[in-house]
Amino acid sequence: MLNNITLGQYLPGNSVVHRLDPRTKILLMIAYVVAVFLVDRIEVFALIIGFTVLTTLLSGIHLSYLVKALKPMKFLLPLMFIMNLFLVKTGELLVEWWIITIYKDGIKNAFFIVLRLATLVAGTSLLTLTTTPISLTDGLERLFTPLKVIKFPAHELAMMMTIALRFIPTLIEEADKITKAQLARGADFESGNIFRRAKAMLPILIPLFVNSFRRADELAMAMESRCYHGGEGRTRMRVLKLKLNDLYATFVMAALIAAVVVIQKFI
Amino acid sequence: MPIIVENLSYTYMARSVNAHAALKNIILTIVDGEFLGLIGHTGSGKSTLIQQLNGLMQPTSGRVIVDGFDMNDKKQRIKGRALIGMVFQYPDYQLFDNTVLEDISFGPRNMKLGDEEVKARAFEAMELVGLDPAVFSDKSPFELSGGEKRRAALAGIIAMRPKYLVLDEPMAGLDPSGRREVMNTIGKLRAELGCAVIMVSHSMEDIAKASDRIVVLNDGEIHAVGTPNEIFSRSDELIKMGLDAPQTARLVGIFRDKGFKIPDGIYTNEQFLHWFREVMRSA
Repeated sequence: MLNNITLGQYLPGNSVVHRLDPRTKILLMIAYVVAVFLVDRIEVFALIIGFTVLTTLLSGIHLSYLVKALKPMKFLLPLMFIMNLFLVKTGELLVEWWIITIYKDGIKNAFFIVLRLATLVAGTSLLTLTTTPISLTDGLERLFTPLKVIKFPAHELAMMMTIALRFIPTLIEEADKITKAQLARGADFESGNIFRRAKAMLPILIPLFVNSFRRADELAMAMESRCYHGGEGRTRMRVLKLKLNDLYATFVMAALIAAVVVIQKFI
Repeated sequence: MPIIVENLSYTYMARSVNAHAALKNIILTIVDGEFLGLIGHTGSGKSTLIQQLNGLMQPTSGRVIVDGFDMNDKKQRIKGRALIGMVFQYPDYQLFDNTVLEDISFGPRNMKLGDEEVKARAFEAMELVGLDPAVFSDKSPFELSGGEKRRAALAGIIAMRPKYLVLDEPMAGLDPSGRREVMNTIGKLRAELGCAVIMVSHSMEDIAKASDRIVVLNDGEIHAVGTPNEIFSRSDELIKMGLDAPQTARLVGIFRDKGFKIPDGIYTNEQFLHWFREVMRSA
């Protein structure tokens, strides 16, 4: 019953975008967010959208995935649109009927906000669509490494994330088995009010936790018996290396930001 | 009344590219009081089949009828499920409560029985599986040994007084004395409660010793159904399927090939010893 959950949304591929260094991709995503926030004229969004669509095509991912990424926002986006449409009360008055008033700035703002949110979410989803969770954590670890100076546990955090990701499918499978075992004992998870139902979850949660602790123990032993002792002096099998493509990608992003700034300033 | 499995098929992730037929057109009748052994290599569909029996999974086509209750029907399924006690491979999937007694009471309580009745059944079940209520009632299920956990899990099912007991690898991961304990317990339960037992196991010795009939599953299909004697006289087929025959059955096979005359129906240590003593006595 829980098997239908697909975790992460990584789509395997071997495109230029897929092959970029995860560090580059994370930093470029931040730059992309900056670019989106720099836009203060609605026409300029054409640039951002164009960039996002081109990158998506380049990565070999179907454009429909950009729309799918917006799915969780199917209530937020219309809500933002409507709120801005009716609540902004500056600029030229366009419609006045009963208690509804629509101003010119309202229409502008509504489209502006929706475009900003949509490009933010769709664009950043490209990162998780083209990068495996493991290489994402790798990239994050490397990016956080300079923070070790202030005792920031970069390696430990990355290791925790990796382990968590690794065990999510295992936990789902186990939860499924436990649920079945309790169903076979006549457990009822579906009737009663919310408190009763929460209580009915206990026979699932307790074995799940007990088993997880036991597994964590065993994993710790297995890691120690292979001489794991934290990140210090640890080498990697796959060393992240910046390539020319990473440089080109950075130029492209710089060009995008420059274009946004120049267009808004001089045209 | 029996459990009837009618043309049951089950496909994992039907309608997707990863569709995988786990069970294909299974036809099987399990009669009252019998001990049915279920063998097959890993991935042959054993676990899927037993989960179909009590309606934890619904078939893609075909149906299961437990004592007249159609397990495809949502209302009848609840009634049918109450007749089938299912013990999963790992007791850790099942034990959760503060004390062993509370945990064993979980099933009967879900059957909406009165407090007195629940307690009586829990004690009775503990006695049956050989956990002394005076010692174990207030223990936490998490401080039990492997064999004790397994018996506590079994007691939790027995307390529901099922008519059919379904056991998925009840001896996996236990040491020899734990295996004997559980096996003896199962034998005792059958004698005292008269319930039918459906047991999945990779141990051909255990299956050979206990079963009235054996079902051999191979790639989701029933390869053979028969008495242990019938099944284990075809050891070669079993081995080809990645299974095994009991050691005694293989030994007897080797002797027969060498020209020794050993009668049919010898596939456990006990039977072999019995026959051997007879031979020695007459000689």
